[in-house]
Amino acid sequence: MKAFQYTRATTQQSAIDAIAKPGTKIIAGGTNLIDLMKRGVIAPDKLVDINQLPLNSISVNKLGHLHIGALALNSAVAEANLVKDLQPLLAMALNAGASPQLRNMATVGGNMMQRTRCAYFYDTTMPCNKREPGSGCGAIGGYSRMHAIFGASDKCIAVHPSDMCVALAALDATVTVSGRKGQRLIPFTEFHRLPGEHPEMDNTLAPGELITGISIPHNNFAKNSYYLKIRDRQSYAFALTSVAAALEISNGTIKQARLAMGGVAHKPWRLFDAEKALVGKPATEESFKQVAEIAMQGAKAYEYNKFKLKLAPATLVEALKHAAGLV
Amino acid sequence: MEDEKDYALPGFDTEAKDNSRRNFLKQSTLLTAVALTPGTAIKAADMRLDEKIAEAFEKMPIKLEVNGVAHSLSVEPRATLLDILREQLDLTGTKKGCDHGQCGACTVHIDGHRVNSCLTLGVMASGKKITTIEGLAKGDELHPMQEAFLKHDGFQCGYCTPGQIMSAVACIREGHANSEMEIREYMSGNICRCGAYPNIVNAIQEVKEGAQAV
Repeated sequence: MKAFQYTRATTQQSAIDAIAKPGTKIIAGGTNLIDLMKRGVIAPDKLVDINQLPLNSISVNKLGHLHIGALALNSAVAEANLVKDLQPLLAMALNAGASPQLRNMATVGGNMMQRTRCAYFYDTTMPCNKREPGSGCGAIGGYSRMHAIFGASDKCIAVHPSDMCVALAALDATVTVSGRKGQRLIPFTEFHRLPGEHPEMDNTLAPGELITGISIPHNNFAKNSYYLKIRDRQSYAFALTSVAAALEISNGTIKQARLAMGGVAHKPWRLFDAEKALVGKPATEESFKQVAEIAMQGAKAYEYNKFKLKLAPATLVEALKHAAGLV
Repeated sequence: MEDEKDYALPGFDTEAKDNSRRNFLKQSTLLTAVALTPGTAIKAADMRLDEKIAEAFEKMPIKLEVNGVAHSLSVEPRATLLDILREQLDLTGTKKGCDHGQCGACTVHIDGHRVNSCLTLGVMASGKKITTIEGLAKGDELHPMQEAFLKHDGFQCGYCTPGQIMSAVACIREGHANSEMEIREYMSGNICRCGAYPNIVNAIQEVKEGAQAV
């Protein structure tokens, strides 16, 4: 690992000032950053440790909105009664990600900032437009088994690896960020971006902005939520496909639905059209199969991930059956 | 000797002034080096920039309490807790497997929580309490989980075992050892290539059911 300077930020402002300088990276849990630094994928000159900032609270306000600080540990969020009671989908998604040890280190903000696990991004001997803009994409025409079926570009077909983010995208979460120009809110579905011409940019954070927390508005999904993750082994592996499903059901009829997919795109893939199509339908397997077709519109597979065109809708139907209590 | 002072580079022994041959070699080597070095580098050496750069990457003082013993150490920021435990403190029970947070062989407890020490910077663990596999036994009396791993053959080659045991203890303390399925899920961060999983699960279940203090 390349040598670097290490400092601790004691105020939010000092962290914001520090990251404005090129070559400076924030470190929180470090579970992805240290790995990338060991492999030489990222080689910062300076790390700013933000763990002393008071950003790890989990709270609920009078309106029932859940707020989680950017430094709250993945394990702390997954185990918090507030989260399990109000937004069980988030707890389920968190527990489906990484290992208990990593969840004890990884933070909410860091989870959002983690990089793709595309093998061509990690292998510094291979071309990768995300790692080295303009160098090409090793995955297109390469081993594309883990790659995107939605929203990819001819520059990048990598997927976002997070489970937590899939749940937050489905739950209409908002991201609070702070920068030199002050604070702003970003809808979670607009936080991560599609690769387009600039796959080196994973998200819409402006340079020098710091994630301070996320908020989830009140909803009535707690009873009928489910996160289903399909992977090569039963635990501790990245998703081939995953689905966050949240339903509000009244007398067997769907009043509201929220759906997002993981493992299929450069960002958590929210399924707005499928959600709309579910409203007013009976909560039956038949309804779910119909919306799965809508969800898959526009999907495009590559040589080695054609199986995802069948696996993704099947995952969606299964997740919805679980959410509706049919399984 | 004025010249030597001017051109002194870090690492040069300027004390041996009475050794004329050594000084001659030193100075002539230095002159050759100067002759072959671009102007900017000479200027940099003049201003001792290399030393200043080295200072910026210098070691940092940290304090760790490992298995109840306080240590004051000096570490590079890039040194992982795993490497510090093994190389500086000679606590080689904690194993380096993949070194990338994928196998769990390096699992230790920081302030009571299990983490991968290979992905933890030592500077970030400063001021914290670390427990490694060496810290579980009380003298000659093994920890109940160590006894259970022996009884149930929870290993073959043994390389993953320290990490498995540290994780297993945490698994019970966290309250995630209530069924075989739950144990398997919450032990998934520890890989055993010998495939001793069934015996590891048995060991954990016995300790859990024995309701012994872990």
